[in-house]
Amino acid sequence: MSSRTDATVSPAPAPAPAPADVAGAGKDGLADAVWVALGTVRDPELDEPITTLGFVASCTVSAPGRAQVRLRLPTYFCAPNFAFLMVADAYDAVTAVAGVRAAEVILDDHFASDAINAGVAARAGFVASFDGEAAAELDELRATFLRKAVLAGTDLVCRPLAAAGRRPAELAAMTLGDVPASPGLARLRRRRADLGLPADDAAALLIDPATGAPVAPDDVPLHLRRAALTRTGIEANTSICSGMLRARYPQGADPRRFS
Amino acid sequence: MYTKDGEKYFIVDSHMHYWDATPANWVPGAERYAKGWIECFHAYQSLGPKETHWSIEKFEGYTEDDLMQDVFEDGHVDIAIFQPTYLKEWYTTGFNTTERNAALGEKHPGLFIANTRFDPRDGDVGLEELRRNVERYGSKGLKLYTAEWNNGSRGYKLSDPACYRFLEAARGLGIKNVHVHKGPTIWPLDKDAFDVSDVDHAATDFPELNFIVEHVGLPRIEDFCFMATQEPNVYAGLSVVIGGLMHARPKFFAKVMGELLFWVGEDKMTFGSDYGIWEPKWQVEGFVDWQMPDDAELSDYAKLTTATKKKILGLNAAKLYDIKVPAECQLPDSDGTPGARDDAALVTEA
Repeated sequence: MSSRTDATVSPAPAPAPAPADVAGAGKDGLADAVWVALGTVRDPELDEPITTLGFVASCTVSAPGRAQVRLRLPTYFCAPNFAFLMVADAYDAVTAVAGVRAAEVILDDHFASDAINAGVAARAGFVASFDGEAAAELDELRATFLRKAVLAGTDLVCRPLAAAGRRPAELAAMTLGDVPASPGLARLRRRRADLGLPADDAAALLIDPATGAPVAPDDVPLHLRRAALTRTGIEANTSICSGMLRARYPQGADPRRFS
Repeated sequence: MYTKDGEKYFIVDSHMHYWDATPANWVPGAERYAKGWIECFHAYQSLGPKETHWSIEKFEGYTEDDLMQDVFEDGHVDIAIFQPTYLKEWYTTGFNTTERNAALGEKHPGLFIANTRFDPRDGDVGLEELRRNVERYGSKGLKLYTAEWNNGSRGYKLSDPACYRFLEAARGLGIKNVHVHKGPTIWPLDKDAFDVSDVDHAATDFPELNFIVEHVGLPRIEDFCFMATQEPNVYAGLSVVIGGLMHARPKFFAKVMGELLFWVGEDKMTFGSDYGIWEPKWQVEGFVDWQMPDDAELSDYAKLTTATKKKILGLNAAKLYDIKVPAECQLPDSDGTPGARDDAALVTEA
């Protein structure tokens, strides 16, 4: 097995294209701004931007400020609720860009494309878009996956601390301000803040993502084990999704196709 | 049987299929779903070694000869367990039915076990069909696909009262094993369709049944693992884990295996090739050769023993299905009893 690497299947997901690859940039760089806005939209399950995941098939802005974005997913049957969230979030992000007068976000090649595209275009919400098939909007679903992201981020942040010899009791006593700054820590703070959980320097490093309560020293080993498991689960999903996306859109690994 | 370095491995492929997804079998008006489904499966095959990839045409309708060659002649499998998936809204005669599987099985006595299925939304007619199938095909196991579309409904939960009625009937008919496969849709659509808490409820309420969660609850491995530590009758079906990760993503394969061995344990993990998505040959040979790498990032995880691999590749499933294992493939008593439920220690601390 040692000779097999992650490169066996294909390279990492399509990198974010250089701004010049986004068509219709024009003098004001509006398309660049739209691309940056799309980079704030995440797949809620994978907790990664749709731009780095390769889910943006194209992004164009025509002269009068009309933005059109096409999204694509790893399979025809990706879960419709998450697909809806990504299309709706992309619509909101693009619409908020100064200079964009009209936005159209279209999900291609999905069993529920029609319902999702029409629902988002009409700002109808999820329940109305799936008439009779959904009982509530997707806020709780989103929160569930933010809590998973907090756990996974806890593993990312705590692993080096544990490797450096921090004992469970010490970790339980640490605050976010005690941890050296890193992109992982900044991300963990943002996910906690998104959930309304304490994210300032004085907040405990280890908390229950459902309640915000600090983790007791005796519970730290299991908490960290669970955090590692959650991160493994998300990363395994991401690796399978990227392989499936590449099988479905083999040409998409080339960012020059963004047009 | 597979022999390597003097060790004999009894191989039970506990999750495989004989489907018909050829265009002639697509329901008029639902072609896009039938096509979308099989193309999705075909993309999964691309996660295996390149030399094992098939054309979409072969993939839609591989033959009996293909299956016998790939699974038994080349694939080292001793006993294969058919897991039906009906999808009759999209495939006219069904994608992979009990009848189609059993008809093939009857031509090759002793090689196959034909599981059946039910759909709780089929009501009394479905109950009668379940009874007939169990009597006719001697099924001891069920495959339940909770995201199946049925007459306007986009799925069900194991914890639904209608499903409990079927589980009670199945138990009465002598069913022992329930293989659960989660999918992308379920009513209501705003809930997480891959959530496994309904399996948790059913496993608690039906302690006489074993629940084998296929593809280990992917994409919810974390929820599955935590649930499996609480429920002694919940097992990890490794379909997709070996096929989808071992070759394509070896690092994540190692991490997932490490987590499963820690949370679920080697006595409750069962190999399934998911044929025809992936051929068993490279999976069996690759898994026997595989070991947890020496890597600081993986230092939390246990190494695998030969006994671990023998249990996962066949002995655990043999126990679940009362399959007679040749003496030369059995473990010495000192290696523990494969598949024993009371070996499942509850994980309370790391």
